[in-house]
Amino acid sequence: MRLAAFDEMLPEVSGLRRPYSAYDRWLKEQDPARLTEKMQDAERVFRKTGITFAVYGEQEASERLIPFDIVPRIISGNEWRRLTQGIEQRVQALNAFLDDIYHRQEILRAGRVPRDLIAKNEAFLPEMIGVRPPAGVYTHIIGVDIVRISEDEFYVLEDNARTPSGVSYMLENRETMMQLFPELFQKIKVRPVENYPQLLRQSLAAVRPQSTKGAPTIAVLTPGSFNSAYFEHAFLADQMGVQLVEGQDLRVVDGHVAMRTTEGYKQIDVLYRRVDDSYLDPLTFRPDSALGIPGIMDVYRAGNITIANAPGTGIADDKAIYSYMPEIIEFYTGRKAILGNIPTWRCSELDSLKYVLEHIHELVIKEVHGSGGYGMLVGPAATKKECEAFAKKLAAKPSNYIAQPTLALSTCPILTEKGLAPRHVDLRPYVLVSDRIQIVPGGLTRVALKEGSLVVNSSQGGGTKDTWVLDD
Amino acid sequence: MLLGRTANGLYWMNRYIERAENMARLVDAGLRMALTRTQSASEEWNSVLLSAGSDVTFKQKYSEYTAANVSDFLLRDTSNPSSTMSSIETARNNARMVRTALTRETWESINEAWMSLKRMLARPIDERDLPSVLDAIKRETALIRGSFYGTMLRNEIFDFSQLGTYVERADNTARILDVKYYVLLPSISWVGSTLDNYQWESILRSVSAHRSYRWVYDAEYKPTNIADYLILNVRMPRSLTFCYRFLSEHLKFLSDDYGEHHACHATVERTQSMLRAGSIKNIFDAGLHEFLANFIQDNTKLGDEIAQDYRFN
Repeated sequence: MRLAAFDEMLPEVSGLRRPYSAYDRWLKEQDPARLTEKMQDAERVFRKTGITFAVYGEQEASERLIPFDIVPRIISGNEWRRLTQGIEQRVQALNAFLDDIYHRQEILRAGRVPRDLIAKNEAFLPEMIGVRPPAGVYTHIIGVDIVRISEDEFYVLEDNARTPSGVSYMLENRETMMQLFPELFQKIKVRPVENYPQLLRQSLAAVRPQSTKGAPTIAVLTPGSFNSAYFEHAFLADQMGVQLVEGQDLRVVDGHVAMRTTEGYKQIDVLYRRVDDSYLDPLTFRPDSALGIPGIMDVYRAGNITIANAPGTGIADDKAIYSYMPEIIEFYTGRKAILGNIPTWRCSELDSLKYVLEHIHELVIKEVHGSGGYGMLVGPAATKKECEAFAKKLAAKPSNYIAQPTLALSTCPILTEKGLAPRHVDLRPYVLVSDRIQIVPGGLTRVALKEGSLVVNSSQGGGTKDTWVLDD
Repeated sequence: MLLGRTANGLYWMNRYIERAENMARLVDAGLRMALTRTQSASEEWNSVLLSAGSDVTFKQKYSEYTAANVSDFLLRDTSNPSSTMSSIETARNNARMVRTALTRETWESINEAWMSLKRMLARPIDERDLPSVLDAIKRETALIRGSFYGTMLRNEIFDFSQLGTYVERADNTARILDVKYYVLLPSISWVGSTLDNYQWESILRSVSAHRSYRWVYDAEYKPTNIADYLILNVRMPRSLTFCYRFLSEHLKFLSDDYGEHHACHATVERTQSMLRAGSIKNIFDAGLHEFLANFIQDNTKLGDEIAQDYRFN
């Protein structure tokens, strides 16, 4: 399947786009053989540093790398300003929505979001009803997945409001590019992303519990070294200069969460957790879980620890809720969404289901609770048989699915053996919320390395690119 | 301040790195004995297993003490938790857990040692290759030690790591001596036969001290000198006194940093002053075996106390 896609460097209609002009000049001066060499250098850098995403299992000696492409994805200062306005508005709405859902539920009373969608949703935590987190922030770290269709059309594909990952790749990609092509960064003014760990630390410190005396103690909570994102957890703890803890290191001591250290128990004020809600507190959520900290929810409810992101934020980035985001944004900010949603059919609604079943070969169909590109159907790329099989699953449990048109995601060139070739990309900027909203100028650009493919997930053969926001 | 789990990871990472190397050294010494002695090679292998603390588990699996069986069991058998392969695997798992506490060079050297030993020890070792495999193991652990000493900050992370190294090393040296204590006893040993020469050389070889011994003493092996060298010599990096000098030093750094004295400080102090005051004659008079058995017990106690005092058990 080939879609006529908008290429961000060299659109067919208008020729080379301005953000890429300086880079293009530089590129034309390069010897292709040298570039190929640099590509191999990049892989070596990644292997040496051990930037991996999959756990190398007991039997596996090799670590899996996410392929890295050396052609940057470039965004102009103007484009970025527009994006950040849209993202800020969205993130404000997400936090307002969470506060409302766990308190007065005005939006449900107003009938803008169906009650059932919340009450019957597994991501909704009744334990959070009436709980107001320190500084009133629910989702502190957000990764908003954005796609582009044309010069002016950007859409939000997904709000990752629970524990978005990938920020370590944003940082390492930049580091690698600066090592490979220092001269490029002299020629072109690219806005820095390196201070993300410091910003994250400051942001987490700013939302500490009110009762905290002095500088807050911050820790990153990981499920452990066999988790697939362990590298990132260790990386962030290291870069922020805070402890990397597991559930077994923590317990509740005198109404506070404390970690067991060589000098006894030390109180923790802010916990950046990279574990799911259900593994936080076995007393509250999963009695069978060995990962959690018994009693942490009581400490939380008493306002003695900040958990980032707050438990129960999943209700805001659920795929079924996603389709209501335009209404949600308008309800809380009083304005139309600056960044639109992709039109979405909720298969739970009869009319929509009928339409989706009739147009299954044109649509992308996703599981409401799925992630990582699994359990989805890309209609135009699927065989007739696959479509039929999927239609059966869909008809059996319609409320489990949403459908979206197959969009021609913009492309960006990658370096292949035969020179530059366009591939589809998306963008995940990272947002930090404390007493203010900060967006690091850049993000993670994921790229589908297979020609024509629209699936950018690293678990399905996607790669990454350094993302440049120009200081212009 | 460190997480108790991190201190634990560092301590055991280093104990296992030390153990991985000690196993190779023991097999090396056994191999040398088996090659140079015409009879009772099996007896020699038995004492190698005793020194490794693995004779009971070995007997559950094998009936014969041969070079192939013993080296397989001590180097590559993953069902033996102390084999070189198991040790390096445990060391690496610990290193992965405490990755944020290690320099990149240290982590990479451990990871690479694990990868290359895993490849090398994947299949049974051909007897002809045994010497080169033993060399490779010692080289990998030397690389880890090199990057560790060369790049790590001398802070509490370093202290807990060193505690692991020296507790394990002291235990190893004491066990080697204890298994062979009878050949060192004056009454039996001072016959000067070639047989004893081999026995003594084997002891020295299993702590890589057969060459340095000659620099310190003379070319002739004397049991009292050998015992003196391995127990009391301050300069010999595998002697009990040497290990305790460093154990005491690192525990002192910790008590200075944390401003707290624990049970382990008293224990290390006691053992150290006992070693300082000791002469090899007194040790032999009071009974070498008794001395070593006591030492091993105290050393184990010290390890337990460190874990308890610094909350990582």
